[in-house]
Amino acid sequence: MLSYPFMQNAYMAGTLIAIISGIMGVFVIARNMSFLTHTLSEIGFAGAAFGIFLGWQPLNGMLLFTTISSIGVGELGAKSSRRENSITAISALAIGLGILFLSLADSNASYATGILFGSVIGISRANVIQMVALSVAVLIVIALIYRFLKFDSFDPVGARVQGLWTRTLSVIFLVLLAFSVSVAAQIVGSLLIFILLTLPAAAAKYFVHTVGMMSTVAVAFALIGVWLGLYLSYVTNWPVSFFIAVIEVLFYFCALIYQRIRA
Amino acid sequence: MTDSILQLKQLSFAFPDKQVINDLSYNLKKGDFLSIVGENGVGKTTLMRLILQELKPTSGELAFLPNRNAVKVGYVPQFRNVDSEYPLSIQDFVGLNFARFGVPWLTGSERKRVREILKETKLNDIRKRPLGQASGGEKQKAYLAQALLDRPNLLILDESTASLDPVAKTELLDLVKQINNHQQLTVIFVTHDIPLARRYADDYLFLSPGHYEAGKITELTNEKVGAMNNA
Ligand SMILES: Nc1ncnc2c1ncn2[C@@H]1O[C@H](COP(=O)(O)OP(=O)(O)OP(=O)(O)O)[C@@H](O)[C@H]1O
Ligand SMILES: [Mg+2]
Repeated sequence: MLSYPFMQNAYMAGTLIAIISGIMGVFVIARNMSFLTHTLSEIGFAGAAFGIFLGWQPLNGMLLFTTISSIGVGELGAKSSRRENSITAISALAIGLGILFLSLADSNASYATGILFGSVIGISRANVIQMVALSVAVLIVIALIYRFLKFDSFDPVGARVQGLWTRTLSVIFLVLLAFSVSVAAQIVGSLLIFILLTLPAAAAKYFVHTVGMMSTVAVAFALIGVWLGLYLSYVTNWPVSFFIAVIEVLFYFCALIYQRIRA
Repeated sequence: MTDSILQLKQLSFAFPDKQVINDLSYNLKKGDFLSIVGENGVGKTTLMRLILQELKPTSGELAFLPNRNAVKVGYVPQFRNVDSEYPLSIQDFVGLNFARFGVPWLTGSERKRVREILKETKLNDIRKRPLGQASGGEKQKAYLAQALLDRPNLLILDESTASLDPVAKTELLDLVKQINNHQQLTVIFVTHDIPLARRYADDYLFLSPGHYEAGKITELTNEKVGAMNNA
């Protein structure tokens, strides 16, 4: 299996995606941003379609759209009810635009399914290199601001009263999230990307007592899902995102059951 | 003559729809244990937020002495929401306050400081317990430990003892008083518990709408307290 270059690319890309998704997921869960992550992936879909329409790489269109909207969302501020509603509106607009760009681009349908559902064969070596660069950039920034991010995500009141620069921090985090969504969508597809960015971390939190362990377990769950998913997809020829979704949902249910018996 | 650490000069503050602090002047001395008392809604928490520079005075002045950088403030807020499902041990929670650039994990000396403060606050035995599962009193101690972690020289307790049993109250304040005595920690203690304030504080600042009164805690007579309770 690994003698095929496209599988090598898929495994390399998948490994990276699992690592940043697991780590980012911890903060997505702590900051209650699952819903927003979902919306960002829809915006990513619109961006990818826009990219195709202009003849770009879909990833670049995605990066453009998700980054701009993540900064926009940061500016929407803290009023959470207003935020939920505007996010719903934005996400409707994004899907509409995505459909429009795709039909204008007059590309074949397989391109569209690739964006929406992800694909294994679509990833070139050049894609992998760009994804490595983006992922490394995301990881470096996270490492630099990790302590601030941890304080603000897990104890927002404490962080605010200690005078942390919480607003800037939250914009930086959203931009990192935009990058992660765009990178991860390359394999899982924009329809299912929020799975990797939420479920592994959501499941991990029931098994551990520290934030560091939560990240480690979340990365492990994401890695197992991606590796196993790629393998099963190769063997069965079924879509990889289907397997990843099923595996991560299983982890999550096991975590809930474990939590039940323990309590 | 002891030095001041914080000077309020004719300080006023208003929310868009409400005047809260009106022309308040006070001189907080270094090493003092000041109790701030006053009825609900009179502006105690607002005053603390002004001191934290979370809010800007509408007029007047608020100055740290000798300068802003010389004063490190630790604050134990009145309200806090830490999700009970978070995988955050008490030890982890206390360490959050080492928020600075650097390696993601705590360094050896930082870990040592966390252990030290956990021992001082008598949390060492339960340091691995998730904060969400700790009792109300243990949580308060953890909040205090977090605020003390980075060695502040001004500590603000905003009704931090309100939900504690009498023994826990005494334990917590004994500890604060001890650091207050030995390490010149200045303490602002916001409370409705006058007997407790009498027991630990040196001075009081009594806020009532449009009127302020300050003095030695021994001068806070029952008469004044009664007037306050009837207000
Ligand atoms: N963000 C805000 N916007 C408008 N008004 C506010 C705001 N925060 C507080 N207030 C009002 O300012 C007044 C002072 O509130 P504050 O929280 O300072 O009272 P407090 O003295 O701490 O009361 P308590 O003893 O109940 O804690 C109250 O009337 C409150 O309703
Ligand atoms: Mg208050």
